[in-house]
Amino acid sequence: MVDFGGFDMPLHYGSQIDEHHAVRNDAGMFDVSHMRTVDVTGDSRDSARAFLRYALANDVDKLKAPGKALYACLLREDGGVLDDLIVYWLGDDHFRIVVNAATADKDIEWLRALASKRAPALTIGPRDDLAMIAVQGPNARAKVWRALAGSEAATADLKPFNAASVARPFGDVLIARTGYTGEDGFEIMLPAAHAPALWQALRAAGVAPCGLGARDTLRLEAGMNLYGQDMDETVSPLESGLAWTVDTKGDRDFVGREALAAKPAARKLVGLVLTDQGVLRAHQTVHTDHGDGEITSGTFSPTMKQSIAFARVPAAVEDGERVRVDVRGRMLEARVVKPPFVRNGRVLAPSQFPTTC
Amino acid sequence: MNVPEGLKYADTHEWLRAESDGTVTIGITDHAQAALGDLVYVDLPAAGRTVAAGDACAVVESVKAASDVYAPIAGEIVESNAALAGSPEAINADAYAAWLFRMRPADPNALSPFMDAGAYKQFIADQA
Repeated sequence: MVDFGGFDMPLHYGSQIDEHHAVRNDAGMFDVSHMRTVDVTGDSRDSARAFLRYALANDVDKLKAPGKALYACLLREDGGVLDDLIVYWLGDDHFRIVVNAATADKDIEWLRALASKRAPALTIGPRDDLAMIAVQGPNARAKVWRALAGSEAATADLKPFNAASVARPFGDVLIARTGYTGEDGFEIMLPAAHAPALWQALRAAGVAPCGLGARDTLRLEAGMNLYGQDMDETVSPLESGLAWTVDTKGDRDFVGREALAAKPAARKLVGLVLTDQGVLRAHQTVHTDHGDGEITSGTFSPTMKQSIAFARVPAAVEDGERVRVDVRGRMLEARVVKPPFVRNGRVLAPSQFPTTC
Repeated sequence: MNVPEGLKYADTHEWLRAESDGTVTIGITDHAQAALGDLVYVDLPAAGRTVAAGDACAVVESVKAASDVYAPIAGEIVESNAALAGSPEAINADAYAAWLFRMRPADPNALSPFMDAGAYKQFIADQA
């Protein structure tokens, strides 16, 4: 067990690598109840939609149908990343955001301060009554349908990044076709009192419990950032591989927009595949032909059976370049690749490179 | 926790086995492999290298972290277990079969100060 954002969480239930493969090949589940759910609701005086269009760097106006979800960053005025989150439109003027545990209190305080100036009638309510279980893997949906009565009818036609509700038997449940592993699956929000029963039902349906360790190797293979490691308040989303989440179409005013426009990105976040033997880890120095960079997340990829990493490097570095990483005093060679490394069980990044070009 | 009789144990969680030819075989204990988690990389010392007791002379890396392995005794490395390079997970499967390296001790009585199985069991129980 380890402390994670103030929660005691299991690193693994047995073998971290077995848990990783369970998600890539079958179905695994994560208790992600540490993630904080916050409901943002407007009324006749203030619009939640208009407020979130201002507060978030991605544009919630893309959410045209109830249940639709969007990945977005919460930025400071200077463009630094306060958090990354998923926002759902649940209908009417009711939105739900899911934020990281360690940053949740800061996020809520920030949003309330923004709202007090721009939309004082909004309700910004943490839903600490909710738990969340992520079920991920090629067989995840089928196993959820076996464990959760009524869920198949509600979610069989659900497209990725959409959510639907099921009223029973585990209380009011919101099932979203989202995740943090690069596999198909669901993230299920439900009343905390019902969470142990759903967990047991999922176990009975053959879903493997998985810990934070496997969650980290899966998300890294999938090319997904971890807040606090790959980006934080000191870097912009443009230097964190998140330019695709910053929507600058039109003249929408949002927090951080001016700062991002004024400051071109000098660095960028890239993927690395280690071509030598060893393991890349966060904070190791990356030497490139364009200057030095730093690994932000590194691990051994159980799917590729070699080490992979994200690194923040000078913007001039291009995919395919060779770089050198200082790994515990040894200079090891790595190649720059475009994440993701693995999606839907398949290796995307070239895992083997010729030693000469 | 598997702590076989007949081996000696260091407080840095290496096991030592005296061989009939006077060399000493060294690995990490079952307790150590369990604490490290799934091992994915092993870096072993070259034969012929002379080390002092307490020198970091090997690295075992799990999915979680890199850890040094210390030479529990002074002497010369006579052989490393080359089979581990391609299958570090063998240490997780059986930490006492998957030895790391063999040494020729500088002092033939070098093993006497180390813990026996009973003392090592007590040591890890006290640490818990």
